[in-house]
Amino acid sequence: MALLTVQDLTLGYEGRTLVSHLNFSLEEGDYLCIVGENGSGKSTLMRTILGLQPPVSGQVLFREGLKSSHVGYLPQQTPIQRDFPASVEEIVRSGFQGRCGLRPFYDREEKAMARENMERMGVLDLRDRCYRELSGGQQQRVLLARALCAARKVLLLDEPVSGLDPKATGEMYDLLEGLNREGLALIMISHDIGAALTYASHILHLGQQVFFGTREAYQNSAVGRRFVEREGDSL
Amino acid sequence: MIGTLLHYLEYPFVRYALVVGVLIALCSSLLGVTLVLKRYSFIGNGLSSVAFGAMTVATVLDMTNEMTLVLPVTVLCAVLLLSAGQRAALKGDAAVAMVSVGALAFGYMLMNIFSTSSNLSADVCSTLFGSTSILTLTIREVVLCIVLSVAVVAAFVLFYHKIFAVTFDESFAQATGTNARAYNLVIAVIVAVIIVLAMNLVGSLLISALVIFPALSAMRVHKTFLSVTICSAILSVACALAGLLVSILGGTPVGSTIVAVNAVAFGIFSLIGRLKGGVSRG
Ligand SMILES: Nc1ncnc2c1ncn2[C@@H]1O[C@H](COP(=O)(O)OP(=O)(O)OP(=O)(O)O)[C@@H](O)[C@H]1O
Ligand SMILES: [Mg+2]
Repeated sequence: MALLTVQDLTLGYEGRTLVSHLNFSLEEGDYLCIVGENGSGKSTLMRTILGLQPPVSGQVLFREGLKSSHVGYLPQQTPIQRDFPASVEEIVRSGFQGRCGLRPFYDREEKAMARENMERMGVLDLRDRCYRELSGGQQQRVLLARALCAARKVLLLDEPVSGLDPKATGEMYDLLEGLNREGLALIMISHDIGAALTYASHILHLGQQVFFGTREAYQNSAVGRRFVEREGDSL
Repeated sequence: MIGTLLHYLEYPFVRYALVVGVLIALCSSLLGVTLVLKRYSFIGNGLSSVAFGAMTVATVLDMTNEMTLVLPVTVLCAVLLLSAGQRAALKGDAAVAMVSVGALAFGYMLMNIFSTSSNLSADVCSTLFGSTSILTLTIREVVLCIVLSVAVVAAFVLFYHKIFAVTFDESFAQATGTNARAYNLVIAVIVAVIIVLAMNLVGSLLISALVIFPALSAMRVHKTFLSVTICSAILSVACALAGLLVSILGGTPVGSTIVAVNAVAFGIFSLIGRLKGGVSRG
């Protein structure tokens, strides 16, 4: 059975439908990119998959045994108050909260893994720094390290490279590719169609026309060709 | 002065007041950071007005133990205010303000209609600004306060990481399998207990100060959640002790003295924060 199945899902707000009757599924090890114009409902879909908001109709099914505590998430905009006093390490460790259940403290293994994830994201040196004093790109990496702590099967990323410089963007894509090779399924929202066509195994296109399929199929579809052309022009 | 102090300390009611004051200060500072950051700085006022309203009802009904009514009603209101937070038709501060003035008006009206006391305005004044009742505590009240304080501190320590996760980024916590709603409830219940406890010390109007001042001061200087929490707990206890001693020796009102000491501490911490920031930046 697929890791995650979206069945006949309709999304919208207050009577306005954004996406109707969407069907797709995600297998283990898939790398799914969600593309589409601003306001086409990409973030809404991701939040619905995560159970943060209810769909208009339809459902999202997880494979048996897969719980939300196996999912990592990098939000598009974090509604974190600007003046929150928290160190990088405290934030990264909080990624383990979902699997803690009622256990009050983090165990040694979790602390070690938090360290490892900070090292991977290149923020280990910053671990005692205050989050709000970091640059936007550094903050993004800290949140990704936190998401890695939470992700055991699936990682959902909402525009992970927005605000990163070209070098950090390249590193981010390499890192995600590595994680995907290790078996983590990825769902990534991206406006970078070039990267989507380079790294993704599957593409979901939201908009007036909806498309779901493998990367090759997308490149050969009418929707895909038009979108790639337009995005290419706007670059 | 030391001699006078030692002399006062021989009286059990002074010792009770110090113990209770310190415990209340400790508890009330714990959730300060969370409440400030969740934009609920005024929740203290809202809930203490509710507690005030409930208290008048209990008095009218001639209940022997007012707490049996006041505590559950306040907990219920805290749960409603904090947990309905994002989705309620009335957003945070508006709802808090409404509950606050509503309960206050209702309570005052009840007091006026049913009061048997000859000096109504003094009664009202003491509930609003803290009474001298902190100096007339019975041993039973002291024990109740100790029990509730221990429960609050224990709950805070056990839920510390969860409170952090839910305060820092509620939707991430929810999405990755933390039961954010349940922990918001826990926060609400702890807040309500603290408010009911602290009402005796500083009164309804000044209670927010006790909840948020130590956290705000600590946040001027410290940058991590743990250090802010510890610093605000220590600061709050120190300010309460200083305030209590000043008011016992100088005969000033307990509640406002403690709040004044907290305000001075805030000023000092702001200054330190500015100096430190200047040094590390330059
Ligand atoms: N809470 C909300 N209430 C009402 N409408 C909303 C809400 N959130 C989003 N919308 C609307 O739904 C539409 C889709 O929003 P969404 O954030 O899903 O778009 P998106 O595809 O992620 O866009 P972007 O590329 O800009 O991130 C937008 O038109 C937006 O105005
Ligand atoms: Mg979006």
